Amino acid sequence: MSAKVVIVDYGLGNLSSVARGLERARADFLVSSDASDIEHSSKLILAGVGHFGRAMAALRERGLLGSLETSVLRDRKPVLGICLGMELMARSSEEGNVAGLGWLDAEAVRFNISDRLKHKVPHIAWNRVRVAKNSRLMNGIPDAAEFYFLHSYYLKVADETVTVSESSHETVFPAVVEKNNIFGVQFHPEKSREAGLKVLRNFVELS
Amino acid sequence: MSGRPRLIPVLLMRRGALVKSIRFKRHRYIGDPLNAARIFNDLGVDELICLDIAASAEKRSIPIEFVNRLAEEMTMPFSVGGGITTLEQINHLTRAGVEKVIIGSHAVRDPRFVAMAADEFGSSTISVCIDVKNDWLRGPRVRHSNGRIRSEFKPVQFSRLMQECGAGEIIIQSIDNDGAMTGYDIDLLRSIMAAVDLPVVALGGAGNQSHLVSARRDGNANGLAAGSMFVYHSSARGVLINYPEDKRFLYDMQ
Repeated sequence: MSAKVVIVDYGLGNLSSVARGLERARADFLVSSDASDIEHSSKLILAGVGHFGRAMAALRERGLLGSLETSVLRDRKPVLGICLGMELMARSSEEGNVAGLGWLDAEAVRFNISDRLKHKVPHIAWNRVRVAKNSRLMNGIPDAAEFYFLHSYYLKVADETVTVSESSHETVFPAVVEKNNIFGVQFHPEKSREAGLKVLRNFVELS
Repeated sequence: MSGRPRLIPVLLMRRGALVKSIRFKRHRYIGDPLNAARIFNDLGVDELICLDIAASAEKRSIPIEFVNRLAEEMTMPFSVGGGITTLEQINHLTRAGVEKVIIGSHAVRDPRFVAMAADEFGSSTISVCIDVKNDWLRGPRVRHSNGRIRSEFKPVQFSRLMQECGAGEIIIQSIDNDGAMTGYDIDLLRSIMAAVDLPVVALGGAGNQSHLVSARRDGNANGLAAGSMFVYHSSARGVLINYPEDKRFLYDMQ
């Protein structure tokens, strides 16, 4: 097996920042929309911005669902979902009302804000992240470090043990989830200064 | 635990040069925009905005070659705007690594364009910059084409329209306060904050830290953007790129 991290390119959004982040983390990586590259990868990154329903449709149209499932569920390769990529790992989303990848027992839900003067949606902010428990991804990152968020939905998890770090935007939501080989971050590590780089490095160096 | 407002330097570009205006006029040469971006990136800015202010009048968009070079310099989040009128331009910009694209004049001329863009790229990718000038006869009105053309839109009405179209963020810019360094137009800011559920970035007038605090405390702004304050040393306007190292003062001001 090669050492390559594959950033899955399914046509949605901005993968060049993630690629530059991996360069800084000194990763051996490839941006690809090819199912065989996914099958031959050692780790996967699922990023992207935009609409949940469209993202699932794009993965399906490109014929990537099978190779993703094989890599993540059967071969247990580490996979990192970033922002929308994390949300896609849920069973479903309120956005577009469609099924997700179903790797996590969770639903992507929209922020339901009561104080609309103080809390706006999308949540676009540098926000502090509480490290709730030991995790491989957040190893070495101090409590209350700031990360850059840009999202309208978050993961409502059925099994709270997967939440390893939290943040708050009126409501407390999971900032980082971890379940065996499955990792998700709601923030953008590729845009989050040294702390973000550390998260990427932790992922790249996972063995 | 709650988010703090983003502190956002704004770089104005005209024909490849970094400039700064007063009330959208009297443009002064400041330096090289890429060099400034590099310095701001090293200073760890929360976000950077880069606007090509000549693009709209020259019927072109911010040059993609420039944005590609900017993306090479930036590890921090950044957004760009200037003359954006097509979905294809937005596609090129997001592929270059831009977090958000800023639509200005074209949003006023054709609000449906914002709806199309939000539908295609997702709301969180689309910011709308609304330039407002007080008309002594009519009151505040939205302007476009670098402030030269007055529309009939009132700022609150237009902000709501942009929200309906699916914009993800509103940058509310006071033309009257631009470059004055005497503080934001807090009344304008408050009116927009109350009118929409979107994040709102204040722009125009910031000159010192107390103006930032006031726009957050009294105006609830989600983003505090400024040009002069971050490129000038003081109100005497000696050129010196600067940015606060310690941003803790932004946390507990609500």
